[in-house]
Amino acid sequence: MVGIVTYGSYIPIYRIKTAEIARMWGDKPEYPEKGLGILSKSVPGYDEDAATIAVEALRNALKRKKIPGDKIGAIFVGSESHPYAVKPTASLIAEVVGAYKAHAADLEFACKAGTAAMQNVYGMVKAGMIEYGIAIGTDTSQGQPGDALDYSASAGGTAFIIGKDEVIAEINDTVSYVTDTPDFWRREGQRYPSHGGRFTGEPAYFKHIISAAKILMEKVGTSPQDYNYVVFHQPNGKFPYRVGKRLGFTKDQIKQGLLTPYIGNTYSGATPTGLSAVLDVAKPGDRILAVSFGSGAGSDAFDITVTDEMENFNRDAAPKVWDMIKRAKYVDYAMYLKFRGMIVEVNE
Amino acid sequence: MREVAIIGAGETKYGEHWEKSLRDLAVEAGLKALEDAGIYAEDIQAIFGGNMSAGSFVGQEHVGALIADFAGLAETQIPAFRVEAACASGAAALHAGYLAVASGMYDIVLVGGVEKMTDLPGEMVTDILAGAADREWEVFLGATFPALGAMMARRYMHEFGLTIEQLSLLPVIAHKHGTMNPDAHFQREITLEQVLNAPMVADPLTIMHCSPVSDGGAAVVLAPAEIAKKYTDSPIKIAASTIANDYISLHSRPSLVESPSTIIAGKKAYKMARKEPKDIDLVEIHDAFSIIALEGLEDLGFAKKGEGIKLAEEGQLYYDGDLPYNVSGGLKAKGHPVGATGVGQVVEIVKHLRNEAGKRQVPDARVGLTHNVGGTMTTSVIHILEVM
Amino acid sequence: MVVPRFWRERRYRYNLIGTRCPECGTVYFPPRNVCPKCGRKSVGKMEEFQLSGKGKIYSYTIVHQNVLGFKYQRPYVMAIIETPEGPKVTGQIVDVEPEEVHIGMPVKAVFRRIAEDGKAGIIQYGYKFVPDWEEIEKIAQA
Repeated sequence: MVGIVTYGSYIPIYRIKTAEIARMWGDKPEYPEKGLGILSKSVPGYDEDAATIAVEALRNALKRKKIPGDKIGAIFVGSESHPYAVKPTASLIAEVVGAYKAHAADLEFACKAGTAAMQNVYGMVKAGMIEYGIAIGTDTSQGQPGDALDYSASAGGTAFIIGKDEVIAEINDTVSYVTDTPDFWRREGQRYPSHGGRFTGEPAYFKHIISAAKILMEKVGTSPQDYNYVVFHQPNGKFPYRVGKRLGFTKDQIKQGLLTPYIGNTYSGATPTGLSAVLDVAKPGDRILAVSFGSGAGSDAFDITVTDEMENFNRDAAPKVWDMIKRAKYVDYAMYLKFRGMIVEVNE
Repeated sequence: MREVAIIGAGETKYGEHWEKSLRDLAVEAGLKALEDAGIYAEDIQAIFGGNMSAGSFVGQEHVGALIADFAGLAETQIPAFRVEAACASGAAALHAGYLAVASGMYDIVLVGGVEKMTDLPGEMVTDILAGAADREWEVFLGATFPALGAMMARRYMHEFGLTIEQLSLLPVIAHKHGTMNPDAHFQREITLEQVLNAPMVADPLTIMHCSPVSDGGAAVVLAPAEIAKKYTDSPIKIAASTIANDYISLHSRPSLVESPSTIIAGKKAYKMARKEPKDIDLVEIHDAFSIIALEGLEDLGFAKKGEGIKLAEEGQLYYDGDLPYNVSGGLKAKGHPVGATGVGQVVEIVKHLRNEAGKRQVPDARVGLTHNVGGTMTTSVIHILEVM
Repeated sequence: MVVPRFWRERRYRYNLIGTRCPECGTVYFPPRNVCPKCGRKSVGKMEEFQLSGKGKIYSYTIVHQNVLGFKYQRPYVMAIIETPEGPKVTGQIVDVEPEEVHIGMPVKAVFRRIAEDGKAGIIQYGYKFVPDWEEIEKIAQA
């Protein structure tokens, strides 16, 4: 069997309340809080970026189970905020864990780059090409100040190590659904992304998640009742419940993996971190459906079953997602701008 | 090894000398020392120049050759080179000059110290001075020189209960003395409130606990003691010249509240000069940060560890007290052109030992001690000077 | 653009790797090729040794100056941290209010951006320290 051998997440400690952002722009706090279902979002410190978050998440995974660097055969890091335009994050990860013989590369596909990384690594392990592989989804995403996306664009990441030995969560199958749908994009040289407003809903998020979920459930022969948990990509606090309802899932199945109301949308980290939050509490035999969505557009869906090995697994060796969510330091809008480097920097 | 005496001394005013370059300051100080000794440039047999970082401040290396050249000595092919030990470069150059004369290799030697610091903006000066610490493992991580001094202060405060108000007595004393020194960078008094309320540099040190950025030069002429009286009626004997080192990083040291290099250099100096702390009539102590001066006074035996501040509290450190401290104004008020300081401290002591210190003259001064430090008390250089 | 000088130290900075002298067992950070206690006996024998990243604050300060490369971070906390393995390490303390920092505070190492070689140059990663929340909570409960 092939599946997750260990996992870990990292969420920066800083938060900004959406009401504080609303105050800046003359919006009523009800707009983000009730309209978008987001109360606060995570803010990376001035010295954090997608690479530092990736390292911390991976180190948390390794605290739970140590895998030596020379057994790591692949490293794929998915993000839309890689620190360099040209110089991979994956090579930094390789150096940090001493995985000098790994197939390493960075991936991009908006918010689904992390799950795409998982699929790559899953395939290589299944093919017998590698013993273990690291898949990371990490981001320090930004929205244009004053734009709706700035209420949700946040920072965080999760690392999975996938292998064949002592698997704690078997990946039964994974499918994808992709079309050319420009709901959200950023041209080279542009600082902030653009999006199609309401177009990002039905033709983008809903169409792709629903398609991928249905394809997978038909393929493996399941229906929503068969799952204990479902994790959807979560651009706000509302969409996951809406798409879940349309597919036939209940709020209870969605709740554990829905983090956006407190930490915002961690983009490539979103679905992976939601899955991480589920793994923090899941018991042997629990079945999980995880469906990501990346603008542009596509969805990756995973059918996962937690194994008996989870009983022996040392989850407590690293912080759990909801514990990290609770450890929060709030900043005001001015500090938010300073941390995010949005104050035009002076010459050094 | 023969005994060595100082037969001439001179220095520029310390301060922001927009009009004067590195070479201007060096030559000015050198000429004053020569005039004071009554000799001419051609009489000098070697030049030892103390300078920390002309390469970074003004892009100039080869400082010894530069000074010799612009002193008019290029065509004498005079031996000249720079000595560097961070902020102890001046006293280290004096140690080199002392060895040169004591060994018998040279008779008349000029030792100078010079630094031109004000051509660059503040943050660049801070970065250059940080080169006195460990660039890769202290500075790279964010530690500036004042940050390192502040960590020494905070540890000392933690171990001995020293308060920042107590520590602030030292700059107040230094400034009081500076008002009596017409060559000092700062010649105004400051109050305890001003010290405490000044802008914070690295907590708990305010800008008033840190020496300023100054330009300046100082020089002395050395001669064998046995012929010194040919040149001057008041030659001053170098009774001790010692130097010692320690780990460059604060994090490598067992303690932040004492300096093995000052302790050892001090002990060796007392032994060499056959003196004890109670024999010293005045001191010039390296107060780049007030905490360094405090620890220095203790490490040199003037007070027990942890009790040095009592000297200040009891008024002993004033120029009319039992242990006149930094009567020149010290690094704090007189100024700290880093490569020059060590030599400037000696020039000050020489003035007192000759009874030529004017308003601030320490009465009956016969033995003086200078303490010049490089980095966070990494290098310590001690000189003990005595009337002959 | 300074590249090799930073690249050469990356492994030691990414993972707090120092050296240990097999003669006397002393651990050093940053790494040393010569043990100050054993001198020539240690040359060629020093072994790499990774610190756990745990420690306690030995002394600290809050830097208010405008420092090249750190201008955007002022005020920031600088500290010397004592580690259970022996060496003390100089590093920033982050994710904490300066008022909360105190001598004796338990901290742990994290991976952060330290500096960059200008906006077009390489990013230099390394270690900083954050409060060891789990350790602090344990002490509070005791």
